[in-house]
Amino acid sequence: MTDRVRVALTVNGERVDAEVEPRQNLVDFLREELQLTGSHIGCEHGVCGACTVRVDGTIVRGCLMLAVQCDGDRVETIEGLSDSGDVADLQAAFCERNALQCGFCTPGMLLTAQELLLQSGAAPSREQIREHLSGNYCRCTGYQAIVDAVEAVALARQGQTP
Amino acid sequence: MKRTPDVAPIVTALDRPNSYIGRSVPRPNLARLTQGRAQYVSDITLPRMAHVAFVRSPHAHARISKIETTAAKQAAGVIAVVTGAELAKVMTPWVGVLTHLKGIKSAPQHPIAVERACWQGEAVCAVVARTRALAEDACELVEVSYEELTPVTDAETALDPTTQVIHPELEDNLTFERKHEAGAPDQGFAQADAIIETTFRFGRHTGVTNEARSIVADWNPGEQRLTVYQGTQAPHMMQNLFAKHLGLEEHQVRVLTKDVGGSFGIKVHTYADEMATVALAKLLRRPIKFVADRLESFVTDIHARDHRVKAKIGVTRDGTITAFEIDDLTGIGPYSVYPRTSGIEANQVVNLVGGPYTCPNYRARARVVFQNKNVMCQYRAVGHPIATSVTEGLVELAAAQIGLDPLELRRRNLIPDDAYPATGASGIKFEALSHHACLAHIDSMMNYAGLRAEQARLRGQGVHRGIGFAAFIEVTNPSAAFYGIGGARISAQDGATVRLDATGALFCATGVTEQGQGTEAVIAQCVATAFGVPLERVRVLTGDTDNVPYGGGTWASRAAGIGGEAAWQAGKALRANVLAAAASILQADPKKLDISNGVIVDADNGRERIGLDEVARVVYFRPDTLPPGFQAEMVATRHYVPRGYPFAFTNGIQASYLEVDTDTGFIKLLKHWCVEDCGTVINPQLVDEQIRGGIVQGIGAALFEHCVYDERGQLLNGTMADYLVPMAPEMPDIEVGHVVTPTADSELGAKGAGEAGTAGASGGIMNAVNDALRPLGATPITEIPMTPDVVLRALNKI
Ligand code: FES
Ligand code: FES
Repeated sequence: MTDRVRVALTVNGERVDAEVEPRQNLVDFLREELQLTGSHIGCEHGVCGACTVRVDGTIVRGCLMLAVQCDGDRVETIEGLSDSGDVADLQAAFCERNALQCGFCTPGMLLTAQELLLQSGAAPSREQIREHLSGNYCRCTGYQAIVDAVEAVALARQGQTP
Repeated sequence: MKRTPDVAPIVTALDRPNSYIGRSVPRPNLARLTQGRAQYVSDITLPRMAHVAFVRSPHAHARISKIETTAAKQAAGVIAVVTGAELAKVMTPWVGVLTHLKGIKSAPQHPIAVERACWQGEAVCAVVARTRALAEDACELVEVSYEELTPVTDAETALDPTTQVIHPELEDNLTFERKHEAGAPDQGFAQADAIIETTFRFGRHTGVTNEARSIVADWNPGEQRLTVYQGTQAPHMMQNLFAKHLGLEEHQVRVLTKDVGGSFGIKVHTYADEMATVALAKLLRRPIKFVADRLESFVTDIHARDHRVKAKIGVTRDGTITAFEIDDLTGIGPYSVYPRTSGIEANQVVNLVGGPYTCPNYRARARVVFQNKNVMCQYRAVGHPIATSVTEGLVELAAAQIGLDPLELRRRNLIPDDAYPATGASGIKFEALSHHACLAHIDSMMNYAGLRAEQARLRGQGVHRGIGFAAFIEVTNPSAAFYGIGGARISAQDGATVRLDATGALFCATGVTEQGQGTEAVIAQCVATAFGVPLERVRVLTGDTDNVPYGGGTWASRAAGIGGEAAWQAGKALRANVLAAAASILQADPKKLDISNGVIVDADNGRERIGLDEVARVVYFRPDTLPPGFQAEMVATRHYVPRGYPFAFTNGIQASYLEVDTDTGFIKLLKHWCVEDCGTVINPQLVDEQIRGGIVQGIGAALFEHCVYDERGQLLNGTMADYLVPMAPEMPDIEVGHVVTPTADSELGAKGAGEAGTAGASGGIMNAVNDALRPLGATPITEIPMTPDVVLRALNKI
């Protein structure tokens, strides 16, 4: 085993000091060391999006980033964003539209959708929403309900009724 | 936002005040899933918990000559290294056969291979360590010496006398064979003006649940009890199997299933590595966790389909179908999967081919063979996509051959809506179906005539679009005819227990389980309506063998139809009990009272009499004020099993509209429609989303998904980068319509809807592709997935 490395980072606004194995990826660190199990693991090779978290304001795949790379960073997960209300309207729309079945993809979907909606400009089209979610796998819904929910929030944030 | 409109319930027995039946109420359990506060098995951590990783066979077929574990045992963090022979002392092997599948045979399977590995990926040794990473490190240090054996990989030659027999004690590689003949098929073909004969091929694919299979097993020697947290669709079935193979009594085993990250039939089977995890917990006397990684999922989660069907249809010039004939061959890996067997899918294909049609002449043979690939078993819509693609593929080829519109040919042959009850050519019994109503509905919903005009116009511009249909029937609400009569301890009935708490809210424990379909919502809707409380006053418990009534779980589209009916009846029974108590408090006639919106009211005029909270207060805290001899019963349990028919068949039709790029072979899905009849619709939004999700799984099978093996039995694409699944940009919007024919077998009248989408999608898309390519002189495509090279080959371009 390689020696552990000290890291200091902020996770959902709380300071975290930890010693991590250099090989441990960010999502394993969050799930196993911090018990933040809202970020999921679907593939461990960057193609399903279940592990999506925010690092310094940008979404990343938690399975493709190492915990040691986050030294000094600001990490946000679905737990933190739920508590802060950051994605509250998206969460409500997902519930109302049944845009989740098993819910395993949902935290990653919400973070990815929020990234699209935070980009300035007009409300995205359904095609743009589908394109933006192209790296997030959902086995249950067939995606249409997710697109509906994101579209509804996009329009609502522009002051339009869906 | 497009909202599914609420439809009024159509059955009067369900027309209670404030009925939730037929309403798209949101699921009560969603908020915590959106907040990252779910509890999937992969999230669970217990004190002293250790992790297991498996050394897996790199060969499809090999004798294990030696396993050297010394170095692994000394590695950091390692708790134990256990071979198959060692684990065989803790857990007995199993054989996946059922007595009603006559002649089915299989060999004993162990949790870890003992002498021989029979597929690439079969576990040959377990390493238990403090963390999963350390267990995997130590797996690298286990040295296994193999003596490679010839693998049997091609189902077509598995039965040749020259092919090695995988399990010599079984004498050949034939797992199961079924033959069926009805009517006079030879005469039928003799009467035909056109006979179309072709071979359909279906690629092996798999479930790719977003959360992989996960289990935490905890043996407590102090209590002599095993607690298993498992992502399963059938907790009671697993309780029985863990007990049976560990030599325990069932009451010594508790199976807990909280949130499950997708299942689709993948998580309803016995997996060797999960059985091994449970056995290791017993052996090591501590909690052991196993979560399959994605590579392990691809080589060990059951695969499905992989059928080759030679098929034939006869049709007269005026469009009467005169006969169907099929010869199905399917390779299922080295073992029939326990306990549901790997014979069910082929059996279903025989049952379902030709099912929507009146044609009485039918000949079928299905053979199921062993091979050295990963095991195959029941996955969402078991057998349906095969039978539907074959039947509907033949129907559209026949329509093209005689120059008749494909919808018109169906109109002339579908069983008339007023001809029920009816029996299909395979002997299956239909209570009441609505093929013609569904066909008429989809015709107008999609504006068929308008689409045909658009297709013709664009054809002139060199744009090749196609329209394809697939009429289907779906097996739902299975009775004991599915597994029970074959000797498997898989419950066909399900129960619900409803109890009034001390503040007047309800608590319902149900034997059916939730994996995202919306079970909890549907159960709550049934209980709230039958009893008479607002929906938010009902809390539902699922997935705990210590605390829910004995039941089958959620599979074969049974949760709403069977679990919902049990909950409905339990809600009614508790209402009667509560009214008896209220009547005794009010000194009124219970028959003149009702419960509405959580309040005891006069049945005739709705006048409010007393709150449920007040009834609860009196019966729990002041029973001394009740008349002597009156005992209030605030819990009611009811069970339900369908008795009138072995299965509640549903029906429907799907349509696909797509465009084929004839230069690249790429298929762009433009739109998809489905009209289906699942009887009473309890929650329209949930039904529609089951249909949509199911269709997209069928689209995956039609266009992308394929477990590709080489001739040595090596899986070539075991990652999500190589095995393609449907992603958002390629998926069409899907419109869903309903025709409602309730089953009279239950008061609710609900049938299942979980598999209808998958049943028809691939057949409809195959027909649409052929419709697009037909004027170009292409060879009809009769295989899925229809990858670009399949399309280009059909066009003779490669
Ligand atoms: S787990 Fe990270 S992308 Fe799939
Ligand atoms: S809701 Fe199950 S994977 Fe998306």
